Amino acid sequence: MNSPAALRITNIFKAFADKQVLTGITFDISSGEIVALLGPSGCGKSTLLSIIAGIEKQDDGKIYWMGAPLDHVPPHRRGFGLMFQDNVLFPHMNVFENVAFGLKMSGMEKDSIQVKVADTLELVGLLGLENRDVNSLSGGEQQRVALARALAPQPRLLMLDEPLGSIDRSLRERLMSELRRILRQMQQTAIYVTHDQEEAFTIADRIVLMRQGKVEQIGKPEEIYRQPATLFTARFLGLTNLIPGIARAENNQHFVDTSLGSFPISKPLQGPVTVLIRPDSATLNGHSGVLLQGKLVEKTFRGNLCQVRISFDEIEFNFNFLSNSDLANEGEDIQLSLDPQDAIIAFNSGPDLETNRRN
Amino acid sequence: MNQLSRISWKEISFRQSITFGLLWLLPLVFLGIFYFFPLGSILKTSFERGDSGIAAPFFEAIQSESVRQVLWFTIWQAALSTLLTLAIGLPGAYLLARYEFRGKSLFQALSTVPFVIPTVVVAAAFYALLGPRGWLNLAAMRIFGLNAAPIHLTNTIYAILLAHIFYNTTIVLRMVGDFWSHIDPRLNQAARTLGANRTETFFKVTLPLIGPAITAAALLVFIFDFTSFGVILILGGPHFATLEVEIYYQTISLFNLPLAAVLSLLQLGCTLAMTIIYTRLSRKLTRPLQLRSRRFTQKRLTTWRSRLFAGVVIITLMVILITPLLALAMRSFARFEPERGERVVESPGFTVDFYRELSINRRSSLFYVPPTTAIGISLAYAAVTVILALAIGIPAAWALTRHSGLSLNRFLDPVLMLPLGTSAVTLGLGFIIALNRPPFDLRASPILVPIAHTLVAFPFVVRSLTPALRSIQPRLRQAAATLGASPGHVFRNVDLPLIGRALIVAATFAFTISLGEFGATALISRPEYPTIPLVIYRFISQPGAINYGQAMALSTILMVVAAGGLIAIERLRIADVGEF
Repeated sequence: MNSPAALRITNIFKAFADKQVLTGITFDISSGEIVALLGPSGCGKSTLLSIIAGIEKQDDGKIYWMGAPLDHVPPHRRGFGLMFQDNVLFPHMNVFENVAFGLKMSGMEKDSIQVKVADTLELVGLLGLENRDVNSLSGGEQQRVALARALAPQPRLLMLDEPLGSIDRSLRERLMSELRRILRQMQQTAIYVTHDQEEAFTIADRIVLMRQGKVEQIGKPEEIYRQPATLFTARFLGLTNLIPGIARAENNQHFVDTSLGSFPISKPLQGPVTVLIRPDSATLNGHSGVLLQGKLVEKTFRGNLCQVRISFDEIEFNFNFLSNSDLANEGEDIQLSLDPQDAIIAFNSGPDLETNRRN
Repeated sequence: MNQLSRISWKEISFRQSITFGLLWLLPLVFLGIFYFFPLGSILKTSFERGDSGIAAPFFEAIQSESVRQVLWFTIWQAALSTLLTLAIGLPGAYLLARYEFRGKSLFQALSTVPFVIPTVVVAAAFYALLGPRGWLNLAAMRIFGLNAAPIHLTNTIYAILLAHIFYNTTIVLRMVGDFWSHIDPRLNQAARTLGANRTETFFKVTLPLIGPAITAAALLVFIFDFTSFGVILILGGPHFATLEVEIYYQTISLFNLPLAAVLSLLQLGCTLAMTIIYTRLSRKLTRPLQLRSRRFTQKRLTTWRSRLFAGVVIITLMVILITPLLALAMRSFARFEPERGERVVESPGFTVDFYRELSINRRSSLFYVPPTTAIGISLAYAAVTVILALAIGIPAAWALTRHSGLSLNRFLDPVLMLPLGTSAVTLGLGFIIALNRPPFDLRASPILVPIAHTLVAFPFVVRSLTPALRSIQPRLRQAAATLGASPGHVFRNVDLPLIGRALIVAATFAFTISLGEFGATALISRPEYPTIPLVIYRFISQPGAINYGQAMALSTILMVVAAGGLIAIERLRIADVGEF
């Protein structure tokens, strides 16, 4: 797009023993961009990271940095930083020595190391803890040290493997925004591996959604969220208002017939499909678009949002409304209107439903 | 919580100190009766013979040029042997720690076999391979048409070094390999991505982390080489004497008990000093590591590079560790009947005569014991030794690691290692002198042998358990305690599953030490209850090809029995071990 690709990953294949782990992974990362590798555990994210870092070797495919292939560059010459999920700090070194490790390896002079370590520790908010034993730090502090250690040598590319995976929720949210600030501030090119969509949405400029060793969808967070390309993506993002239907064409227009009625769709699909109804795109008591009549089963107050469960005969769907909306009470009837352009997406079902059951 | 700092009794609750005391009770009573009491008795007996004061024998010994030479030789050959053993063993430890491959447990069992072979048999095995009429010389003479043996290794320092490497490599493989296998490989990956090459990563990350295990293994190897007896006596010939050999000469040949006592004190002092250095060092080096499951740390040999490495390591180790044993086994099936005056032996014939002879009591000897009975006796002793050694080793190791800053522990830690540095001759003699009258009249009891074996095995058991126990994060124990687990529960449910591998290693050590122990057994066992090594020694000390062949045959049987026992222990895995 605007800047040329810094990292180019083309058609990567990798198998362990008899198990295919990565199948034809291809994507680019621009300079200064933060890309999240998002996907359920076991989808091959960490293996891909190890291959980019040079710790594992791909069976097929190539990786380029600024146009130059990395095949024969050993991990320590790639200039890529790697930060792991849980404490992988060197237990025999204190905080300073951990952060200084990469700088020493690059042959930096002692005085400069002192300055650089102090700068980095300040950046992650740990200034003054230089001489602490890393085993005595809290989980959050350990992850900051790990971040500082990875950042200090100013890697050309920083890879973060579930960096907040083992940290409790409130701390995670704080660290998440801090991480985002630090990465942006340093204009760090980064790959962020996570199975948590919220983390990916918060931190990444672009998301590579992976599934069973393949790229499922690539796009900006809002693109992926607004326009999930597949049923898997929709489910993975927690969009659960799904209903099976049969797609048909009529006068160059496409429709899906479901037990809830007939919906217009934008994609030219035929045959059995699954329809997603977005939980956040319904209007109360509207008169345009698709109208749905249901019964309000449950209201859950969630701060500025209110989650509402509505039953339509056999099916129950969740919708979100602003808390100040004029909502019916539990047990009462409720009428929704949906803008088909925005609220209704149809997917080819069939194999997707089959494989989804395993996840 | 910093468990490494010095703490005093006041910081421990009354209940904790009761538990602590109870833990120490059994090991200390055992050591008191079966180690310190006999040792005290023999030293008293020895010094009573000197008339010019208690210190006189010491001055005499230290001033003696020959004693100084013995001491110097003992130290440098042990140091060199240890370094070589580490050089050979560490690549193997890495292979076992980081890779999973087919035949791994067989390889592990095979590499442990040398450890259980009695010294007499090892010497015989090296003779069978490298001796003037060993396989190598025979082959060389045949190929090059020589009249005399071209390889002169016996009675040289090289034979001693080779035998020591042969003996002790398994210690490095086991102790270092096991510890290494639980270290997170991502630490290395982190170092690599931070710009460290393989060498830098090894020296700056891996080595400091596995340091405690290497130090522990090196210390054990060094002490073994330092107190080496049979190897030096038989393979070294009359030119070489370690302190242990000198003690033996002084006791048996010259009956100079005061000098023998002084030398054993000197030896004890050296081992104690080494042990103190070691415990200081290990306390500095040991950190609570996050031990990872093997499933997580080990991978298959997939790259050609790793396959080449594995191939080279396995072949090297097998050549060093297995060739002498093969030579021995082949020798037990080979008949040499050279004509008098003929130098080159015709190709040997195959025979099972030596095995057949084993069950024939040709001399109608009163003390004849069928080898099958000896095997049963050896296995029974080994079983009792495993039970005894674990029964006193587990509480000792537990107490040691529980409050490691405590002054009592700082004192007891090296004390536990003392039996290792005590010569087998001294130990056996002490048993005979001290345990032949009330309150401990055990002379006629067969239990004396497994007790002696337990003393020898005890330091190994403790040393195998402490690194694993120390590395369990204190948080884990505290977590269990806050969940309402009593100390007993914590041990059963937290410590025991975590140290399962270490327990198996400890049991293996106790078992194999008991099977192979020779020095002390020779002095204290009843003639009607001989162990396999004793029967072998009986055969080997009698002249004639038939006796030599029978010794080879029985050694081969011992080798098979020991390997079988080892594989059994390897298979007997406690549920969930290695899957934490």
